[in-house]
Amino acid sequence: MEYQAKELFAKHGVPVLPGETVDTAEAARGVAERIGKPVVVKAQVKTGGRGKAGGVKLAETPDEAVEKAQGILGLDIKGHVVHKILVTEASDIDTEYYVSFLLDRANRSYLAMASVEGGVEIEQLAVERPDALAKVQVDAITGCDEAKANEIVEAAGFPADVKDEVAKILVSLWKVFVEEEATLVEVNPLVKTPDGRIVALDGKVTLDANAEFRHADVFEAYADVVAEDDLEGRAKKKGLNYVKLDGQVGIIGNGAGLVMSTLDVVAYAGEAHGGVKPANFLDIGGGASAQVMADGLEIILSDPDVRSVFVNVFGGITSCDAVANGIVQALEMLGDKETKPLVVRLDGNNVEEGRRILAAANHPLVTVVDTMDGAADKAAELANGGN
Amino acid sequence: MAIFLTENSKVIVQGMTGSEGMKHTRRMLASGTQVVGGVNPKKAGTSVDVDGTAVPVFGGVAEAMDKTGADVSVLFVPPAFAKAAVVEAIDAEIALAVVITEGIPVQDSAWFWQYSQGKKTRIIGPNCPGLISPGKSNAGIIPATIAPTPGRIGLVSKSGTLTYQMMYELREFGFSTAIGIGGDPVIGTTHIDALEAFEADPETDAIVMIGEIGGDAEERAADYIKANVSKPVVGYVAGFTAPEGKTMGHAGAIVSGSSGTAQAKQEALEAAGVKVGKTPSATAELMRAIMRDRA
Repeated sequence: MEYQAKELFAKHGVPVLPGETVDTAEAARGVAERIGKPVVVKAQVKTGGRGKAGGVKLAETPDEAVEKAQGILGLDIKGHVVHKILVTEASDIDTEYYVSFLLDRANRSYLAMASVEGGVEIEQLAVERPDALAKVQVDAITGCDEAKANEIVEAAGFPADVKDEVAKILVSLWKVFVEEEATLVEVNPLVKTPDGRIVALDGKVTLDANAEFRHADVFEAYADVVAEDDLEGRAKKKGLNYVKLDGQVGIIGNGAGLVMSTLDVVAYAGEAHGGVKPANFLDIGGGASAQVMADGLEIILSDPDVRSVFVNVFGGITSCDAVANGIVQALEMLGDKETKPLVVRLDGNNVEEGRRILAAANHPLVTVVDTMDGAADKAAELANGGN
Repeated sequence: MAIFLTENSKVIVQGMTGSEGMKHTRRMLASGTQVVGGVNPKKAGTSVDVDGTAVPVFGGVAEAMDKTGADVSVLFVPPAFAKAAVVEAIDAEIALAVVITEGIPVQDSAWFWQYSQGKKTRIIGPNCPGLISPGKSNAGIIPATIAPTPGRIGLVSKSGTLTYQMMYELREFGFSTAIGIGGDPVIGTTHIDALEAFEADPETDAIVMIGEIGGDAEERAADYIKANVSKPVVGYVAGFTAPEGKTMGHAGAIVSGSSGTAQAKQEALEAAGVKVGKTPSATAELMRAIMRDRA
């Protein structure tokens, strides 16, 4: 969210306007009083388009700040309910710029992007006026020093009166990128005020989840609060790799590529069965133990949209008999909670024994199908009420 | 011949004495790989008994290469120490470093990839299952039992389990080399590197290329195939139903805006003359037809 990005900016010397985050309207008064100038009250949600949705308002006085805060708290912006607001000094804008650093996968290094036409959607600018957006390669080892910052500023054509200041900010922004281990840091807009200051008015930081072990404090401070009906949050707590989707066929598989492929195969199969679609992505990894299988099934079965479940496992390192035992034990652990039909496809290492175990267990809700495509078809059919 | 890994490859394991390292050292030996040593500074000078084979442990990669003639290192080092371990392998000038480790921070991967440029080490991975040249050598965690017989298909894939699935489907034909390049945003060896090597390999007749959403590696591979690959290529892309902006398991598997979509990748591959299967099984069937025609 914006305020989190700004906290990280401030920590590394990227100038931001004074402001504080609050979660009640009344608390906005104190912040506005401390700032002692007109303020902007801004909804803090993980989505763009806040201004258009009425989530950003100007307030001339502390009383007005409270009033605007009341209107914004609880607002639903593209499915994100506003629980936090940022109250920050209002600033007149002379010019808006854009600067960012991001991971450049194609070149396996980093890219700096900068434009003197900030404040707009940058994707749009990149398409409509590509010449207005400078892109400069940044070496993964040498990074962005003063010389590189000057190169970026030159490439984007920043005017002489702000060049040095913007270059200085780029060096600080690079520090945010490297020291916080981000894959994206973006300031949009970076503004010049009428009195000549350069400040980051809004921004975005995407952190690398793989680097969490080196930044536990930041990740903990910015962790989302998990609601009980939030399937993704519950799955994350159990260490499961789960993404909620909008279909009806619950999916469990091992290995990210195979699970992605399973979603596609189910969606194709669904075309012949009333258009049913995959309800989730869930990768239980190589091990596929009974406990992980039970945890995964529990999450998927508590999803009210799910009408059937497709368990698709290829026994590579794990043998299929272990996976079959895992499924049987998981169903025992879940007991009566298990009320939706399961289609299981096992292949690979020791598959005959795995299928024998499932056949012997003869669970009334479990159907074993030999091929991935056939099993997807069966699962889609069951999700469509057997049609 | 095969690519990158042959019957003459001498393999050391960095992180051999950890549980994953031990498990897979055992499996690599069982599938006929010449595992000639492990690296662990704390246990230098000892040796580890692996099912009756005494595998010596060395203090560093350079020493291990000196004493054994090793030219391949497989790394099972935890994420926090992976960067230093890869740098050590590069400094020792080992020909091939296969980084199995999952969860390496991307700035570390970008750093060691940059560091390897202009030096002698090819990096495969990170976050990959490694590679196998069936009947010759196995460097990584791909189960040798899936498709034990050598054959003339080359396979390159971002995904481990899809590699296994495809090897299983095509086990009657067998593989020259199957290589999992890994699902991270920054990887060493790319689809293009593998395609180039397969094209040059006299033991490979046809190539299966498996991709997934995210980045534009498949699009670039398609351009490369069009210009440089004369052998038949069959493709598969996973992630048609992936929603925008969500990471699907692999750190690199994310659709950003209209870029990185499976649709765009499929179209690029088809425009380059690659037959793309709708499902893994349909893809295998396309390859079976090619191999039957050649028989």
